[in-house]
Amino acid sequence: MAKLTFTGGIHPYDGKDLSKDKPIKAILPKGDLVYPMSQHIGAPAVPVVAKGDHVLTGQKIAEAGGFVSAPIYATVSGTVKAVEPRRVVTGDMVTSIVVENDGAYDEVTYGPVKPLEELTKEEIRTLVREAGVVGMGGAGFPTHVKLSPKEPEKIEYVIANCAECEPYLTSDYRRMLEEPEKIINGMKVILHLFDHAKGILAVEDNKPDCVELLKKLTADEPDITVKALKTKYPQGAERQLIYAVTGRAIHSGMLPADVGCIVDNVDTIVAVNQAVREGKPLMHRIVTVTGDAVADPRNFIVRIGTNYHELIEEAGGFKSEPSKIVSGGPMMGFALFGLDVPTTKTSSALLCMTEDEVSRYEPSACINCGRCVEVCPGRVLPSKLADFAENGDDEKFLAYNGMECCECGCCSYVCPAKRPLTQEIKSMRKIQLAKRKK
Amino acid sequence: MSDLMKVSSNPHIRSRATTGSIMGAVVLALLPATFFGVYNFGLGALLLILVTVASAVLTEYIYELLLKKPITVSDLSATVTGLLLALNLPPQAPLWIGVVGGVFAILVVKMLFGGLGQNFMNPALGARCFLLISFASIMTNFDCDAYTGATPLAALKAGESVNVMDMIVGRTGGTIGETSMIAIVLGACILIMLDIIDLRIPGSYIVSFVIFVVLFGGRGFDSAYISAQLAGGGLMLGAFFMATDYVTRPVTKRGQYVFGIFLGILTGIFRLFGPGAEGVSYAIIIGNLLVPLIERVTLPKAFGKGGERA
Repeated sequence: MAKLTFTGGIHPYDGKDLSKDKPIKAILPKGDLVYPMSQHIGAPAVPVVAKGDHVLTGQKIAEAGGFVSAPIYATVSGTVKAVEPRRVVTGDMVTSIVVENDGAYDEVTYGPVKPLEELTKEEIRTLVREAGVVGMGGAGFPTHVKLSPKEPEKIEYVIANCAECEPYLTSDYRRMLEEPEKIINGMKVILHLFDHAKGILAVEDNKPDCVELLKKLTADEPDITVKALKTKYPQGAERQLIYAVTGRAIHSGMLPADVGCIVDNVDTIVAVNQAVREGKPLMHRIVTVTGDAVADPRNFIVRIGTNYHELIEEAGGFKSEPSKIVSGGPMMGFALFGLDVPTTKTSSALLCMTEDEVSRYEPSACINCGRCVEVCPGRVLPSKLADFAENGDDEKFLAYNGMECCECGCCSYVCPAKRPLTQEIKSMRKIQLAKRKK
Repeated sequence: MSDLMKVSSNPHIRSRATTGSIMGAVVLALLPATFFGVYNFGLGALLLILVTVASAVLTEYIYELLLKKPITVSDLSATVTGLLLALNLPPQAPLWIGVVGGVFAILVVKMLFGGLGQNFMNPALGARCFLLISFASIMTNFDCDAYTGATPLAALKAGESVNVMDMIVGRTGGTIGETSMIAIVLGACILIMLDIIDLRIPGSYIVSFVIFVVLFGGRGFDSAYISAQLAGGGLMLGAFFMATDYVTRPVTKRGQYVFGIFLGILTGIFRLFGPGAEGVSYAIIIGNLLVPLIERVTLPKAFGKGGERA
């Protein structure tokens, strides 16, 4: 049988061996915690606490700023020190609530929980929304919005994105090995919302132990199946994942729900499970701290708001001088110019590299080799799109399907002339999106 | 730890392949044909090859030096051009032919159009055709110490019989690098294994050429005749090493098939109905001119818009 996959894609060095066998370790923050109001796609959250207020672990400190938005919760007990702009991983200054940790971890009492069977669909969606759950794979799209498609009865597949195709990342892998029941229970919660849906746990086949374990645990679940996907980046990109699993293809203007699919990342599903079954908001996430510059690469369960410096310390500090630090994976993560930024809902990894491969090379002339075309999962012509972007040629950029780019980075990765193709196309896409809004 | 890290847009990793490594692989893949040419035609051929390569590389170097542009000879693309041109020259050609060809290829066909990646025509073939038109008697004289008389392809055209086995091995007259099908295919295998080229263009080129010859060659499906057409002249060298030139072939996958088929038909027309026995070089440079047009009509469909399958 042909393996489930998509056309295009690349096989970079995956670096997962550095941290894959390190069990998840819980760490407690030492310094102040910083909660940016934009940790998701959509309207920023609105602070509901002020300087000087005492907050408890699990207390809501910011309210959702609209329907496409998410509330934010304190992850420690302590005093609100400031509400002020702070630097985040993208380099932007974002209004943030700063909490001084009192070290007591006094926790609020969470509301009573009802068994899943007694909850209505609306109650479940409300619980997810109130818990501040957003897509934790990186995009940060509010999950309750995803779970509220126009025609819920038309949803046929709920796909758990367990691909973890980004090199170096092992947080989902550890979650699948250590707490698989939370993923399965979370899947059941989501399936409860859609009467005609089946659950699919989609795992890349470089994690055979996870495939086997999940298969064993879902053997008695008629509605949940496990599917092994061919290992290839970007197998976990939403559109490519849906295609690999169901054979249905959507373009950039469509939603997964248009072809009867809902896709959620592993950690997100665990957060949904916790929100509905325990009534607890999203306060933690797993972060892989790795790279050849880190002394002891690890997987940590981190309280959101924890400073990145502390994560490095917990991983034994640097064993060699890093030249580049990336929040997220090497393909789609953000390069940081300093470590003084907080862990957010979408921080999947902290990758510290001794050598920056990007600055090793000087971009040179395109030789039209077509490698970018070969690997592009969006099936566009990256070399030409980058030319149009460089020349500011809007018309041609759109005519050549520039908006179908998913910014996965495959083209820049393979380019022998080392052209920053993804960057050029990304910039142009931003310009086009901004023009559309006008 | 320094205060500021290196930052750049994603992705933060790069593959190892560079323009230089690709061009180096092409040079490597041309070595079997080069060695066979020297073995077949003697050290005079080696000298001509060296002079041609040197003049191509020096032209690029001097041009960039004079125009105060970054020196790019280390990307080896001028070496590839020089070597390909040399392999397309008759072994007894005077050395100045190699010099004139090398200068023309790099200066006129490549650098004046903007350098690497900007030329619309394969520089080596552009120069070969320039030489063919300008110095026809030198360029079509394949008499040498080892072989005299017509090349196998010319003999074939004249209706004479040829030794197909000699043609496949390469023990015949012809240009320095084109005679041995075995050496060229060996080089092509290197390129395919290193993932530098694929079979889309060479495959569709050769297959469509064979179909054309079967239909219009007047011999029907005569396997000896077809083998001689395949092994003779510049078809193998052209199909695997020149039609596949990145810069001057379509970048779209469907366009590559169209391009290959077009070359096959043109080569067939030139060989069967033209005045000369050969037609590969002209077919490829005419094909090169049509590349922008072919690309425009073969744009891929984006993922989700019908382009998800290969």
